[in-house]
Amino acid sequence: MRLVIVGASLSGLRAAQAARRAGHEGELIVIGAEPHLPYTRPPLSKELLQGRQEIEDSALPVDELDVQWRLATEATGLDRARRRIRLHDGDEEHYDRLIVATGCRARRFDGPGAQLDGVHTLRTLEDAIALRAALKDTRRLLVVGAGFIGCEVAASARSLGVEVTMIDIASHPLLPFGPVLGERWAAMHRDHGIELRLGVGLAELLSDDDDQRVTGARLSDGTSLQADTVLIALGAMLNTEWLTGSGLELDPGVACDPTLTCTRDPEILAAGDIASVPAALAGGARVRVEHWTTAAEHGQLAGRNALVAHDERTAHTAPPYFWTDQYDAKIQALGCPALAEHSELLELAPDGGRFVAACVQGRLVVGVVAVNAARRLAWYRRALQTPRPLAELKEALAQEDATLGSPVGATP
Amino acid sequence: MIKVHIDLNLCQSHGECVAIAPDLFQLDENDFISWQEEVDDSRRADLEAAVNTCPMTAIRIEG
Repeated sequence: MRLVIVGASLSGLRAAQAARRAGHEGELIVIGAEPHLPYTRPPLSKELLQGRQEIEDSALPVDELDVQWRLATEATGLDRARRRIRLHDGDEEHYDRLIVATGCRARRFDGPGAQLDGVHTLRTLEDAIALRAALKDTRRLLVVGAGFIGCEVAASARSLGVEVTMIDIASHPLLPFGPVLGERWAAMHRDHGIELRLGVGLAELLSDDDDQRVTGARLSDGTSLQADTVLIALGAMLNTEWLTGSGLELDPGVACDPTLTCTRDPEILAAGDIASVPAALAGGARVRVEHWTTAAEHGQLAGRNALVAHDERTAHTAPPYFWTDQYDAKIQALGCPALAEHSELLELAPDGGRFVAACVQGRLVVGVVAVNAARRLAWYRRALQTPRPLAELKEALAQEDATLGSPVGATP
Repeated sequence: MIKVHIDLNLCQSHGECVAIAPDLFQLDENDFISWQEEVDDSRRADLEAAVNTCPMTAIRIEG
């Protein structure tokens, strides 16, 4: 059996390792668009940018994996009838079973000035190296978009002494952590000296006459500001164009059943950012999770499941987990906080710096967010496999003796 | 037996390993990791899942 994995990042690597470990002795081919062997992306916006980690530290161990790597090779099409993947150089790759794990790329600004020097995005190792070099000579950085990448880069740049303005069209930063806690994240960034402007977007990037170098920006409210480096952090776009016309169901992610098997083709599985998979904490709706842990978990499961018949495959059941490190806060989340209508503190340490909050939709807890409370999060992973009424979760919590402390009278 | 190593310079207390095998890995009051350093072969699948799910690739197993 010839197993082909398209995507040579975390998910693709974990799939290859899992397939070999589960006894796959046939051919194993991993196709990757980037020129590198798999590397881990979380440090790119943090340790690597801050100079606390070197480029080679981000390589993921590839063991003595017996894999045929086809790097710097982009998949451009899929012919399911002939079981062929078309490649950018005109070549084809044949598969018996296929795992698609092509992930995302950074969304770019497409307005005036987008092509100026000094305008960056951050997704790949090359992006991180370029941004790190640019920050050395940057007086004022403009970060466009206050999501994970934007906030992490803003925090890293502050630690390097760079002046930072961060803007977002939304009313608060870090929307994936839910609608209410946003005030807290906004305060955290302002306390660290970030000029945070919310409810405003980017209209145009500016330069001096005849110069190709960015000098500032005009915003959607008509105001202008100066910046010598700009990070566009407007989220990610799916690398699924190559599957258009393949007949696979795209929603726009690759629609899968809980075993990561594509809905219209049991010979093809999907993993990581592009996989759209039913999630218990979303009430069984298909969700896509663009985070590290899901990519690792999906890869491991897809690698095993690809070796067996559809009816022998096991389901992905772990709730989504994601985190970010900004300043001295480790923020961890479980489930689907973005679906919540409000949040409620469940635990609060006496010093106020550590807490756990429930993310509530109707009466049901659909996620939790924890700040500097990793030990407690482990408990919620067991307690919150499916949506639970808030009252019931609180009752279970009351039986626990090792909580951070009671939040009575406090607000998140 | 399988030997389990955690690089404490890398560990950032995500708790992935604790979620996978709470009897082998624990976080203390201060969110510092502690773990069982020698583990029976029957737990290999859990240990491999912990190695492959650690966001910091801080866990290594031997044997």
